Amino acid sequence: MEFLVRTKQRISQFLKTLFKKRTCRIGIYGPPNAGKTTLANRIVRDWTGDAVGPVSEVPHETRRVRRKQDVTITGQNGNSLTFDIVDTPGVTTKIDYNEFIEYGFEKEEAVRRAREATEGVAEAMHWLREDIDGVIYMLDSTQDPFQQVNIMMVGIIESRKLPILIVGNKNDLPDASPARIKSAFPQHPVIAISSLEGTNMDELYEKMTAYFG
Amino acid sequence: MIRGVQIDLISAERLDRLTSMEKIRLILDDVMEGNIVVLEKGLAPDEQSKLIEITMREITPDGFSGIEMETYPVKDTPDGFFSRLFGGKRSETRLTVIGPANQLKTIKKEKDLISAWVSSR
Repeated sequence: MEFLVRTKQRISQFLKTLFKKRTCRIGIYGPPNAGKTTLANRIVRDWTGDAVGPVSEVPHETRRVRRKQDVTITGQNGNSLTFDIVDTPGVTTKIDYNEFIEYGFEKEEAVRRAREATEGVAEAMHWLREDIDGVIYMLDSTQDPFQQVNIMMVGIIESRKLPILIVGNKNDLPDASPARIKSAFPQHPVIAISSLEGTNMDELYEKMTAYFG
Repeated sequence: MIRGVQIDLISAERLDRLTSMEKIRLILDDVMEGNIVVLEKGLAPDEQSKLIEITMREITPDGFSGIEMETYPVKDTPDGFFSRLFGGKRSETRLTVIGPANQLKTIKKEKDLISAWVSSR
């Protein structure tokens, strides 16, 4: 009798493991210095009081993919979404250590940062192919959205049939133009925010629960 | 001696004969020698993703610093009678220019015009 009970428990555990739906992973992607980590920190702080990583005006400050598990957000519509937030290094096709020297780093440190940044970009691309279920594509609203890396990345994400929300960040700056982003990617929803000041985050949370839920 | 830049124009037929990795290797080997590569038909999104990843692995201090790439967005076109009937689409990759990041610079990019500048090493 005890044998039967134990076998039943084991089968039940096996089936639970087999059919358990893992938490959805939302990746924050975009070019360097768009404010991806600032947004990740804002979301995580708003809902868990924690943070994801340090931010800086130096490009490629985030050089490793960072994941914060089980963040639950609720939109104004009352819908909730639990997900893992994946903060990724800025995607680019070129990295030169001299870029870091211009920010005042010694050559040795600049070379180290450049090497880590290249590894981080490769890692981010690998995550996108293997482990991401939805994407927040982050752009700096003051920059040209038609840059090749954005066209390529949005095309790559679309080809993987992943839901994508485009976020125009730094909307607090005078030369921000979310309209330019909307004209570049009319096929996707675009939300204009300032993750630094926390402007329009409610709309973002509502869109996230509706879009990724 | 006249200094110049080698430009390799690769036909769609040649690209069609290659696997994804062969295409990426062909492009990177050429670009790392300082040449400009023009693809008659661009890379599929998955190939672009791998190209970014492998480019990152090839970057070295005081050596190769990456690539500059210019292309138009992938165009969706109806593929044959049944696709037109049922709304199916085929993604069409387009003319692509790839060069060393320190030699190829984009001057202007519009919906239907890409203007780039190339320097010799």
